[in-house]
Amino acid sequence: MTEEQRIVLRNADQINPAKLEDYLQAGGYQGLEKARSMSRADLIAEVKKSNLRGRGGAAFNCGLKWSFVPTDAEVTYVVCNFDEGEPGTYKDRIIVQKDPQQLLEGMAICGHAVNAKQGYIYCRGEYPYVVELLNLAIDKARSKGILGDFNIEVRMGGGAYVCGEESALIESIEGHRGEPRFKPPFPGVSGLWGKPTIVNNVETFANLPQIVLNGADWFAAIGASKYPGTKVLTLTGDVENRVFIEVPTSATLREIIYDFGGGVKCGRKFKAVQVGGTSGGFIPEYLLDTPIDFDSMRGIGATLGTGALFIMDETRDIVDIVTHIAKFFKEESCGKCNPCREGTFRCYEIMDRINRGRGTLQDIEHMIQLTKVMERVCLCGLGQASPSPILTSLQHFRYEYERKLIS
Amino acid sequence: MEEYKQILNNYKDLPGGLLEAYHAVQREYNYLPEEAVREAAAVFSVSASQAFGTATFYSYLKFDKRGRYIIRICESAPCHIAGVAEVIAVLERELGIKMGETTADGKFTLEFTECVGQCQATPVITINGVPYTDIKPAQVPEMLAQCR
Ligand SMILES: Cc1cc2nc3c(=O)[nH]c(=O)nc-3n(C[C@H](O)[C@H](O)[C@H](O)COP(=O)(O)O)c2cc1C
Ligand code: SF4
Ligand code: FES
Repeated sequence: MTEEQRIVLRNADQINPAKLEDYLQAGGYQGLEKARSMSRADLIAEVKKSNLRGRGGAAFNCGLKWSFVPTDAEVTYVVCNFDEGEPGTYKDRIIVQKDPQQLLEGMAICGHAVNAKQGYIYCRGEYPYVVELLNLAIDKARSKGILGDFNIEVRMGGGAYVCGEESALIESIEGHRGEPRFKPPFPGVSGLWGKPTIVNNVETFANLPQIVLNGADWFAAIGASKYPGTKVLTLTGDVENRVFIEVPTSATLREIIYDFGGGVKCGRKFKAVQVGGTSGGFIPEYLLDTPIDFDSMRGIGATLGTGALFIMDETRDIVDIVTHIAKFFKEESCGKCNPCREGTFRCYEIMDRINRGRGTLQDIEHMIQLTKVMERVCLCGLGQASPSPILTSLQHFRYEYERKLIS
Repeated sequence: MEEYKQILNNYKDLPGGLLEAYHAVQREYNYLPEEAVREAAAVFSVSASQAFGTATFYSYLKFDKRGRYIIRICESAPCHIAGVAEVIAVLERELGIKMGETTADGKFTLEFTECVGQCQATPVITINGVPYTDIKPAQVPEMLAQCR
């Protein structure tokens, strides 16, 4: 049986998150000290070699991303993506609430690597109580002089899911509507106020202190070889233990749901799990022995995403749930590009029709065609990923759709 | 007008401070008055359309006056299947208003929200930003009584 392995949560419930001294006593800020003794190039090379891949969903090699920042840039920024808007996800909140200093340390390490003096944490508006804790943590670190000349500021989001997309997030920090930008240029070259900007997820930053301290090889040897390390997962829905856990990325869905989650609630039978948040795919029973790492999930047409697992028992109505999700995307589409603005609207319209027993086989065909277009031509990940719940549920649970159609 | 100006001015020199300024106004008034947005355009030297463009983009910012207690109910999938519909029914019945409305005495406002990141114990509601988890419909009257 796979055991929990805690890297980013190693201090969780072991230290008082409000106390800097506790963090220092647990070995905190030794990673930053070591990072600062390294050259920028060596530090980036080390992080790259660890093969730490972004934990915000896209799984891009963290060190590689950093290496895109021009070395002669005078002003650069480090931005922490703490928007955590993906429904069913709360892992970043746990990571920050249990150990805020670790995030600051990770950001400061990145600051050293890309020569940034200013960092921002973009925290979703739903977490005002976490903003308080973060501001406290920043004050304490600053007054002890630990962060040196690296300054960190917290900014609050306004309840827009799309602002988790990195270029929309940058727009939002600038005080604008949170609409994604056209790429390229990528933020690493031209981001916040046109300056090179590194945007990483909370969990990505939180891994850095231990990676720097213990070395790239140590990290690269944990979990799945192509997506090494651990992943913090959150279990929701019809599972006995709705918990958060941190496991090596080689753990399988079945181990997570049954060994850690205690199986399906009330002894009912398993129907599906949606992995990665609301934009993730629906996975049936026969695929549960798949490891959770990014590439294995890709291999079954799903995505690891944020690491949220939403479990549904045999009594659940998949079509009703997917309709609900389609409504979410319709509401959250920012409207900048037509295929998503119109596409999410039509997907919801059709899903709702099917869900109310008024749909036809042709509706399904039209919807599939529409979603294929959306996946290809939508400007940002919101529109591109929004078809996934529809397509995967159609693939694995088509009979649930068919039994609702007009006969 | 004067009070808005004071709050807005605090953020005037903060890079990208417009959204932070809106948050600050709403913290004070529970909503974002339209006059404050117009004032913000002047303070931040942007056009009215830019000031409104930002203000209308974020679902957190509301132009209508709201109650002292803003109750938001999560309708994302995990809360949806955990029976949030019954919680909504009780809230609407107890307060005599529909979702999106404010009670006549200006005490309560009911709003939908998407996931508030407390999905370990669904269904979830927040009252003035503070999350309450694992809500049972029977609990609701008591929760409301606490607010009075
Ligand atoms: C619609 C949308 C929402 C997103 N939401 C988040 C989010 O809440 N948190 C996050 O870290 N990344 C989110 N992302 C991914 C970011 O664009 C970006 O890839 C990520 O912050 C990069 O950090 P990482 O490399 O450390 O994962 C979102 C992407 C899209 C398209
Ligand atoms: S895909 Fe959707 S959310 Fe993304 S830019 Fe286009 S309209 Fe906006
Ligand atoms: S789904 Fe309701 S709080 Fe997350």
